Amino acid sequence: MNKILTPIMMGMGLLGLNSPLMAEESIKLGVLEDQSGDFAVATIGKVHGIQLATEEINADGGIDGRPLELVIYDTQSDNTRYQEFMRRVLQRDKVDAVFAGFSSASREAYRPIVDQFKGLAFYNNQYEGGVCDANMIVTGAVPEQQFSTLIPYMMEKYGKRVYTIAADYNFGQISAEWVRDIVKENGGEMVGEEFIPLGVSQFSQTIQNIQRVQPDFIVTLLVGTAQSSYYEQAMSANLRLPMASSVNVGQGYEHKRFNPPSLANMYVTTNYIEEVDTPASKAFLEKWHQKFPDEPYVNQEAENSYLAVYLYKQMVERAGSTDHDAIRKVIAEGDVCMDAPEGKVCIDPKSQHMSHTIYLARVGEDHSITFPKVWKNIKPYWLGDAGCDLTQSNPATQYTPSNPPSKN
Amino acid sequence: MAFLSELFAFLYQAGDAFAFLVLAACGLAIVFGMMGVINLAHGEFILCGAYVCATATRLGMPLPLSVLLGALVAGIVGMILERLVIRHLYHRPLDTIVATWGISMIATQGTLIVLGSTLPGTGTPLGSFTLGDYSFSQYRLVLIGTALATLVGLYLLFTRTRFGILARATIQMPHMAQALGINTGLVYSLTFGLGAGLAGLAGGLYAPTMTLVPTMGSAFLVEAFVTVVVGGADIFLGTAPAAAILGVIKAALTSWYGQLAGQIGLLLTAIVVIRVMPRGLSGWLLRERG
Repeated sequence: MNKILTPIMMGMGLLGLNSPLMAEESIKLGVLEDQSGDFAVATIGKVHGIQLATEEINADGGIDGRPLELVIYDTQSDNTRYQEFMRRVLQRDKVDAVFAGFSSASREAYRPIVDQFKGLAFYNNQYEGGVCDANMIVTGAVPEQQFSTLIPYMMEKYGKRVYTIAADYNFGQISAEWVRDIVKENGGEMVGEEFIPLGVSQFSQTIQNIQRVQPDFIVTLLVGTAQSSYYEQAMSANLRLPMASSVNVGQGYEHKRFNPPSLANMYVTTNYIEEVDTPASKAFLEKWHQKFPDEPYVNQEAENSYLAVYLYKQMVERAGSTDHDAIRKVIAEGDVCMDAPEGKVCIDPKSQHMSHTIYLARVGEDHSITFPKVWKNIKPYWLGDAGCDLTQSNPATQYTPSNPPSKN
Repeated sequence: MAFLSELFAFLYQAGDAFAFLVLAACGLAIVFGMMGVINLAHGEFILCGAYVCATATRLGMPLPLSVLLGALVAGIVGMILERLVIRHLYHRPLDTIVATWGISMIATQGTLIVLGSTLPGTGTPLGSFTLGDYSFSQYRLVLIGTALATLVGLYLLFTRTRFGILARATIQMPHMAQALGINTGLVYSLTFGLGAGLAGLAGGLYAPTMTLVPTMGSAFLVEAFVTVVVGGADIFLGTAPAAAILGVIKAALTSWYGQLAGQIGLLLTAIVVIRVMPRGLSGWLLRERG
């Protein structure tokens, strides 16, 4: 059938007849996520989220009548694979948009390639914030959403002496800087900070270092499966301090994987986890389990990835094409919003980051989750306030609190 | 009392690092030292031991038995692999590296595909005790004890048993041993199995304290190789003292400036040692005899 249709369509194209048949050409979405390696636990669900949304959209007539087609590669938790596959999807597969990346190291590894080939990449992951790049749309939560809520809450509840242990790469370092600043602003004291190289799995000495200074609570910014051995080891050394985190539970569902009570008294700010008890969340979870009955956990990154496909559909339909400039014009209108499983979310035109409902999740002694507090509609304000405005210019840079955009 | 508790805390940490290094490295050291095989699939034997141990524990087997079962299964898998692959690559060290690396990748990815991205943990047994300002995990003391017992056990195995004597004879002079009627093929097989079994033992022992994922073996690999490189080919004159020295260095640096310093110290020591003593500690200790 296609063999007959294609020459006809080409002929019509040559004659300048923009027929509705032309519109049947699929929209291609590149998916680069870690389906093996150190990060796979947290990221296989992202791929499933994208597949679920794609199936729903295609069953419902596609995007503007065009079917959505996925080009999926396993990036193996390896930064160089991201660079390889990013080149491949942009140059060879010629995808219209890419959904890519878990670790911030991998994002910074592929971002220059997206910029070079003028691609459009969605980063559907919570991270340390600060990426001001017109070719990136970030649907994950950022520090002003996760830390500005969490740290003051913890300091009020438990005390002002704070100890941070963080993974030693850009995510951990910059997140720790945010924690440091917020603790200081609220009149607290950092009694310790330790950065752990990725892949470290033995924490006896770190636990002892923490016991030496007796903090009121610990901020755990540990990443990857090797580092999550910390909780079990801290528990067996009877270190039972309250913990605060932006990455645990909402990403690696440690409360499901480890025996209680090793994660007891862990507080996490997350924009979604499967325990969120709203009708929208329940309906979402039911759809999910119908397609993926064996899914161990639906985390915030899975929801981000799912809703990002719908956001992309909305932007393409409103722009009338997959052209990136046209899409950015739609974003600049400032009302690209949707009702996601977590609640209403909107894309901020200045930073191309997303507003979120932030749930404070508390892990109990038996590892059940309660939500002592929910913040609705927290905007990703920091970049815009600091001077990043992608509707005006595109610096394609990552900023940090100590290295903000220069103001003219 | 404050001084004593600090001293104990330091010894505990050094002992903990020592136990990890010894247990992670001794299987690798035996296979490398006695057979000259550099086994890059070492981490996957650890993985095998850990998964078997955790599964058996979840099915209700007492932990000590599960650990031994993990070691046994890893040892048997090791012997099968020796028969199928390694045996054909003796005297081709570079080819063995590639082959064992391939086995390692197949095992990691196979585990991911068949068993999923993670296995639920079993929880660390025993409790904790307090001394001075610090509280400690009792299970970690068991690990230190087991590391020492493993070394003693291996020493007795190689010096006091018939297998030990046959193994040493085979390794020193394979042709003479063969001429005297020793089944050298079987000895190689058993020795490789022993190395794999020791890796499985390490996996089983650490399974209750770690995240169980297909890539968990790689968490042991760097430390194991550093210990073997620093120690050299002999397990008693090399691996054991190397682990002790590295354990003290690692604990001291980590206590002073965090995990990063500990890791740097470990690798710097390895660089210095191979520069000054190319054949490792044991090569240096045995230089007169060599």
